Amino acid sequence: MNSPSTARAPLSEQSMIQMEGVHKWYGAFHVLKDINLTVQKSERIVVCGPSGSGKSTAIRCINRLEEYQRGRIVVDSKELSNDVKLIEQIRRDVGMVFQHFNLFPHLTVLENCVLAPIWVRKMPRKQAEEFAMQYLERVKIPEQAKKYPGQLSGGQQQRVAIARSLCMNPKIMLFDEPTSALDPEMIKEVLDTMVALAEDGMTMICVTHEMGFAKTVAHRVIFMDSGEIIEQNTPEEFFTNPQSERTRLFLSQILHN
Amino acid sequence: MAESRLPHPDLPPPASIIGPWGWMRRNLFSSPLNIALTALAAYLLWVAVPHLLNWTLFNATWSGDTRADCQANSGACWVFIRVHFEQFMYGFYPEAQRWRVNIAVLLLILGAAPLFIRTVPNPVKVKLGLSLLVVYPMVAFVLFKGGLFGLPNVETSRWGGLLLTLVIAGVGMAAALPLGVLLALGRRSKMPAIQTLCVTFIEFWRGVPLITVLFMSSVMLPLFLPEGMNFDKLLRALIGVTLFQAAYMAEVVRGGLQAIPKGQIEAAAALGLGYWKSMALIVLPQALKLVIPGIVNTFIALFKDTSLVLIIGLFDLMNTVHNATTNPDWLGFSTEGYVFAAAVYWLFCFSMSRYSQNLEKRLHTGHKR
Ligand SMILES: Nc1ncnc2c1ncn2[C@@H]1O[C@H](COP(=O)(O)OP(=O)(O)O)[C@@H](O)[C@H]1O
Ligand SMILES: [Mg+2]
Repeated sequence: MNSPSTARAPLSEQSMIQMEGVHKWYGAFHVLKDINLTVQKSERIVVCGPSGSGKSTAIRCINRLEEYQRGRIVVDSKELSNDVKLIEQIRRDVGMVFQHFNLFPHLTVLENCVLAPIWVRKMPRKQAEEFAMQYLERVKIPEQAKKYPGQLSGGQQQRVAIARSLCMNPKIMLFDEPTSALDPEMIKEVLDTMVALAEDGMTMICVTHEMGFAKTVAHRVIFMDSGEIIEQNTPEEFFTNPQSERTRLFLSQILHN
Repeated sequence: MAESRLPHPDLPPPASIIGPWGWMRRNLFSSPLNIALTALAAYLLWVAVPHLLNWTLFNATWSGDTRADCQANSGACWVFIRVHFEQFMYGFYPEAQRWRVNIAVLLLILGAAPLFIRTVPNPVKVKLGLSLLVVYPMVAFVLFKGGLFGLPNVETSRWGGLLLTLVIAGVGMAAALPLGVLLALGRRSKMPAIQTLCVTFIEFWRGVPLITVLFMSSVMLPLFLPEGMNFDKLLRALIGVTLFQAAYMAEVVRGGLQAIPKGQIEAAAALGLGYWKSMALIVLPQALKLVIPGIVNTFIALFKDTSLVLIIGLFDLMNTVHNATTNPDWLGFSTEGYVFAAAVYWLFCFSMSRYSQNLEKRLHTGHKR
């Protein structure tokens, strides 16, 4: 995964995502505490931290799968509000890949991919199918187009899920532990797909514990614990010179496994 | 040097687990209790079957036009059914106009046939099914009722027999399913007003017997309506049956909705699909497929419950048969009448059951994990 093309190009100053003082509570439980994060166009961010620290909740706020009670989030110069139409508009431009793939089991791989372009972007079916086949080729499974998700391996399903998101031609991709439900031999095929995506300049936020991926691809690594951003730094600094005690503890735990 | 090991050959299974003898040992004679039960069942069949066959077939009367023709034989008098057959099918629908009913049935068969043909592509089936659901009832209504295009008017009180049973069942099913889906979605809605409304509706209609609903719709409703306002009796029965079954349908559908993982709705939302699109394209197709057995169960119950409309004086198949058994020329043949009615009900219900099994098999996609 050390191809030179993943070398980090200088970033443009256009910010794609801004989170300012975001707080969220589940009942009385304070799950996100003052999250501040700005992501530039084409920037790639890896978020890590112990289980239950609020990583999923934080990135799910960006496409409003979760509501938050304080603070503001601006995505592609549109500020999130309760306006359903606005939320749907933002979601069109923000792809999301889930830990458990969440493919639609009653539809074939191709139908999974063309559903949103046809029904949300109003693309003609023929064009949507051509588009989808291109993306299925990019994730290297065009031959599975007519199969149902239940007939594919986990790694293949996750690659279909990535292709499905890409078919909406998103400006931002969010990944929530995309490889942690996979058997070890399938992790690489999914990571390779994500590296290729990074090479194309996609803006990405990726929750993952794949530190190899973070080292090669990320511009910035963010460490979260109990709902807070504890530390953020370039991967080099983050791994060789962690600032906080909690980060050191976390790194020693995952590097031991 | 290691001797190369020959693979163990596949041996035939022992005779005790295959063949008819093996089947019988496993299913009929596996324990002393099972042996006793098998013997008892065999004895009962031995006693009952010959009588049954004699009555329905060998000693039955098949030809003739009057009850006198049946005197000679000890078995069933199927002449009774033959003589009243038209009445059982159409009720008191004017004989000269019955061709209209036949045309409507023919149209339905022609229109629905492509739905049962495997090679017809699914999108075509969906469009055809939806247009059948919307257009066909209007066409059928005009044909049955008349009063338009020079067709003589036939009052709904003259519709009867199997025709009326099918009208009530068909309208009930076609209306109860969509209404039930909406109620189920409403019951899971995040909006408290809609949720309360749906819960109240469902719990009210599930809490009262259908017979009460029908009775109230025919006896009590007119008391609340303004003087002179006449509300068709059949229409009232249709509304009663529909609302009643929709409440049951809602609970069946809700069971399916609950089985769909939250991740499906989240994935749909993350792609930018709104509430109605994600329900119609993602959630409902999966949820309805899961509860096909429950839906068909409700349909079958609805079909049989249509016979309760005799309480408000509508002449459906059941009431028409009952009416014929009280015909002074044909007293004493109620057994034949009710056996015939039961056979017709059974035929329809069994077909629905088989079709649903077939549908489940065809809609199954991939391995379940
Ligand atoms: N729907 C919910 N209701 C209440 N608590 C929740 C809910 N979802 C998540 N949590 C809690 O919020 C915390 C953060 O969850 P999450 O963002 O999924 O963590 P992570 O992705 O970092 O493992 C956890 O302690 C979890 O138990
Ligand atoms: Mg998580």
